[in-house]
Amino acid sequence: MLVEIGHFALVLALLVAAVQGFVPLLGAAQKSRALMDLARPAALLQLLFITLAFAVFIHAHIVSDFSVLNVFENSSLEKPMLYKVTGAWGSHEGSMMLWVFMLALFGGLVALFGRGLPASLKARTLAIQGLLGFGTLLFILFTSNPFARLYPVPSDGRDLNPLLQDPGLAFHPPFLYFGYVGFSICYAFAIAALIEGRVDAVWARWVRPWALTAWCGLTVGVAMGSWWAYYVLGWGGWWAWDPVENASFMPWLLGTALLHSAAVVEKREALQRWTLLLAIMTFGMSLVGTFLVRSGVLTSVHSFALDPTRGVFILVLIGVVIGGGLVLYAWRAPGLAAGNPFAPVSREGALVFNNLLLAGGMATVFLGTFYPLFAEVWSGVKLSVGPPYFDTTFVPIVVPALAAMTIGPVLAWRRASLATAMRRLVPALIAALATPVLVFLSDRSAPLAALGGIALAAWAMAGVLTDLADRAKIGKLPILVALRRLRGLPRGTWGYAIAHFGVGMLIAGVTVSTAWRSERIETLHPGDTMAIAGRELRFGGVAEGSAANYRFERADIVVSKPGGAAFAVHPERRYYPVAGSSTTNTSITTNGFGDLYLALGDPDGKGGWVVRAYYNPLVPWIWFGAGLAALGGLVSLSDRRGRVRALRTVPAAAPRPAGSD
Amino acid sequence: MRRLGAGAILLLLLVATARLALAFEPSERLADPVLEARARALSKELRCLVCQNESIDESSAPLAHDLRVLVRKRLLAGDSDQQVLHYLVARYGVFVLLDPPFRPLTWALWLGPPLVVLGAGALLLVRARHGWREPAPRPLSAEECACAAALLGERR
Repeated sequence: MLVEIGHFALVLALLVAAVQGFVPLLGAAQKSRALMDLARPAALLQLLFITLAFAVFIHAHIVSDFSVLNVFENSSLEKPMLYKVTGAWGSHEGSMMLWVFMLALFGGLVALFGRGLPASLKARTLAIQGLLGFGTLLFILFTSNPFARLYPVPSDGRDLNPLLQDPGLAFHPPFLYFGYVGFSICYAFAIAALIEGRVDAVWARWVRPWALTAWCGLTVGVAMGSWWAYYVLGWGGWWAWDPVENASFMPWLLGTALLHSAAVVEKREALQRWTLLLAIMTFGMSLVGTFLVRSGVLTSVHSFALDPTRGVFILVLIGVVIGGGLVLYAWRAPGLAAGNPFAPVSREGALVFNNLLLAGGMATVFLGTFYPLFAEVWSGVKLSVGPPYFDTTFVPIVVPALAAMTIGPVLAWRRASLATAMRRLVPALIAALATPVLVFLSDRSAPLAALGGIALAAWAMAGVLTDLADRAKIGKLPILVALRRLRGLPRGTWGYAIAHFGVGMLIAGVTVSTAWRSERIETLHPGDTMAIAGRELRFGGVAEGSAANYRFERADIVVSKPGGAAFAVHPERRYYPVAGSSTTNTSITTNGFGDLYLALGDPDGKGGWVVRAYYNPLVPWIWFGAGLAALGGLVSLSDRRGRVRALRTVPAAAPRPAGSD
Repeated sequence: MRRLGAGAILLLLLVATARLALAFEPSERLADPVLEARARALSKELRCLVCQNESIDESSAPLAHDLRVLVRKRLLAGDSDQQVLHYLVARYGVFVLLDPPFRPLTWALWLGPPLVVLGAGALLLVRARHGWREPAPRPLSAEECACAAALLGERR
């Protein structure tokens, strides 16, 4: 009964989405306030219905209602409660529910917090959001019904894929989808602005917080996915340029560009058209990321043959959203007011440079991901495009962007002098030159690329510190006054500083862990030892046992280091009998500056076990850095919200600044 | 195996079964450390044909094991790295190479990124050179003058 209520709520949500999608658009066109005002209650009602359906769906998973096909296929009685809840979005149908829930959530948030929005802009934005919901709900109801029943009711389910029974993967999809779907609001704002024919600082001030919110979620989602790959897959890597990884990386790259260009629109009323295009394409790439990857057209371990109705539906949906957005853009953008001029060397110029390279990087990832598909279609030749390609093409494109990341924030708006900027950055320049020299002196065999990466990381981190010190006038004013100034810097400035510092840490982590990683793979018998990175590993043997819904083989390894206390670690392999599959559970010991990473391999049948040991220096900085970047976004967001509220109190007839038309 | 499940985590269902064994095994190792290093480097550039998007260095599939042994056999026989790659391409096609070779079919793949970035960059630079001049201050409209006067008056 409850399940039917959930199903029915989904159908009602579809109907509400249809009203939300069409009526306010009509209202805005006819300047009918009553029709426009329908958008807000419709968005909230849609959120209500979808929340109800999603709650019913999760409830069915919690109580293990195997009369629901999806629960039968993805759950079992033995499964721990945490994974009964999070397993709800572990399947195709469940992740679609999560997706449409996020869509309705963002629509509802705009309806709630968008009180100060101009009526027609708000009506149109919510209408576009409603149309997106309409398309997704159609897809769910007609091709991926999560509430399909099963009869006779089986006594137990098939269990969730053990790989998903992991805290990292349990919470990775909500963050990722929060990010993907969050950009739908930017898309809706962009389409609404194109219909209105007006993009200005006020528009950007509304869009930027949403872009920031989505970006923070996406950053955390991508980082969590990479961290999961690192600790679960047993060989110590954290990024493989797999199509599924690329699918989440492409919207991230464009979303990053969008954040920065929206700042230019807000502060200087320039780059409006480019920002609109980015908003359309960022969400477009989010759609490609969620849907195209699962349509099975890409050759990836993740692809599987879905039935063609889904694939065709997905292609039509993506075609309408991206194609429709671009057609509208081509038609309306030329009529938009031109942006304020700026010199090539200026804050705007630096941000254009950053946007060019981020978009170029995105294009590279796109090309590499889809090229095998194109090549096979037009020549029949099967090609592989793997990590070596991306390392050769993507890295040279992003390195200049990363180098410029330090200079941009110290340039003045409109027109700046590079010499002045570099003079302000002298301490950072010294750090960027000294650090690789010191590293080289301690390791003469250091590869040149690694030294370059270290210089770049030092440049980024020291650049942020230099800029902060400069803004607070540390060294020029009495220290207490300067510290007060530092504390008083706007949240937006702190947000940029934290995020850019995080990127610096990420570069350091990527560089050092790639160049100075050590690896030992040996077959060990109980009592054997092996050494790695100055540590001694003593293998004690393997014990077997069983836990909730799996059996395990657990190694006992004692790690000791001269002058340090010895401790035991237990990498293990698990076998899940219901699902019929296995996982490796690595053991990672970290001190924040490096990970000792151990994985248990196969037995050799003669009492020995393969043990893989890696020492990955600075690898935790990759995720610290990504975490800081997301934190910087949040700090920046806390600034913006205050500003938007302040904006509301400004009388509507405030004159626009001179020269803005 | 090394993947992160972006949106499509459920698709991992497929690969779950292949996870027991872990890639490169110590029993395959060559005695000569120089040859072994070359073998490992080559392994990272060769695709495991049955698992897709995984190099034979990381893959646990039996075929990957066979290929790792084959690469080492060729190296022991005195092949250069290029000869080993040719040997494998002759048998399995270019699909086996994770680093796609530069040939007419892949011109767009390799030249696309630099052309896009340099082309767009050049375009922007030309436009910036022509487009930028110090804009003459626009005289204020009467309305704006009144507003400015009101604001200035307020401050005093």
